[in-house]
Amino acid sequence: MMWLTVLAGAAGCYALKYVGSVIPAHILEQVTVKKIVLLLPISLLSALVAVQTFASSQTLTLDARVPALAAATVALKFKTPFILVVLIAAITAAALRYFGLAT
Amino acid sequence: MNTVASDWTSARRQIVGNATSIGFAVAMYGVSFGALGTTTGLTIPQTMALSLLMFTGASQFTLVSTLASGGTAMTAVIASWLMGTRNAAYSMRMTPILKTSGPGRLVAVQLTIDESTAMGLAQDETAFEGRASRLAFWATGLSVYLLWNLATFIGAVSVSAIGDPKSFGLDAAIAAGLFALVWPQIKSRIDLSVAFGGALIALALTPLVPPGIPVLAAAMVSIIVGWVTSRRLA
Repeated sequence: MMWLTVLAGAAGCYALKYVGSVIPAHILEQVTVKKIVLLLPISLLSALVAVQTFASSQTLTLDARVPALAAATVALKFKTPFILVVLIAAITAAALRYFGLAT
Repeated sequence: MNTVASDWTSARRQIVGNATSIGFAVAMYGVSFGALGTTTGLTIPQTMALSLLMFTGASQFTLVSTLASGGTAMTAVIASWLMGTRNAAYSMRMTPILKTSGPGRLVAVQLTIDESTAMGLAQDETAFEGRASRLAFWATGLSVYLLWNLATFIGAVSVSAIGDPKSFGLDAAIAAGLFALVWPQIKSRIDLSVAFGGALIALALTPLVPPGIPVLAAAMVSIIVGWVTSRRLA
């Protein structure tokens, strides 16, 4: 099942890349299509951030991930490189859990 | 990033140098992706298959984190496709510049991602009869492909060795990684409202519908806002 998910996802993403090289330019040049294509990653990634921070399956929770994301936000404001942002978040959550300050 | 060198030899060196450093920068994400993949329950070969075959970071992160939050395979796959739509726009833009056909086209298509397109378009399209643009695309695409996959492997192998991922804060790392991906994309008020709108819809729907669906529903914000704002401009 997992292999099917991996392969279906990959096949679709390749198909999207391929389609762009063969379809008539005017379709993707349309202002509406361009705008939507540009905005899609923003809503999807933001939704993923929200769910990944505040949800445990179908329940909304406040746990160590929230202060960790706050720390990451500060890091991003100071233009910290990606890997450090990720590490700061991980260390914040891990430390809060280790000292029993958050779940 | 524009190539300023006037002779081809130094222009070529400059482009290849830039392409290599982009590859190393992207590799940092690759390590995180590999780690995320195996902590989500994918095997090392499955995690590698995503980097080798899907090869578009945001879609890979989306697929895996949708599964991590309990989403079904179907919602994870659809979310990864939605995230990959911009690659269609990229390959439309790059195809006339690359002038590829046959097997070359099939390879170029796979290498068409954020970084290779940005580097290809950063060159003067007419410089050295288009060779600068083509080299920038191919060098960046190949360098990112090699280093991304190597990094995925390192991340996947090293994390599958550790115990409870939560005690290492890996769930928070995923959220922060996704946040770092979207952060530079938010450049206007509209972008910001789309980001907040998407996040709020996803959270509002979380208790009501199965995992995975809230993220797909958030995509509607982009479709509606994109449609409305382009109408207003027209």
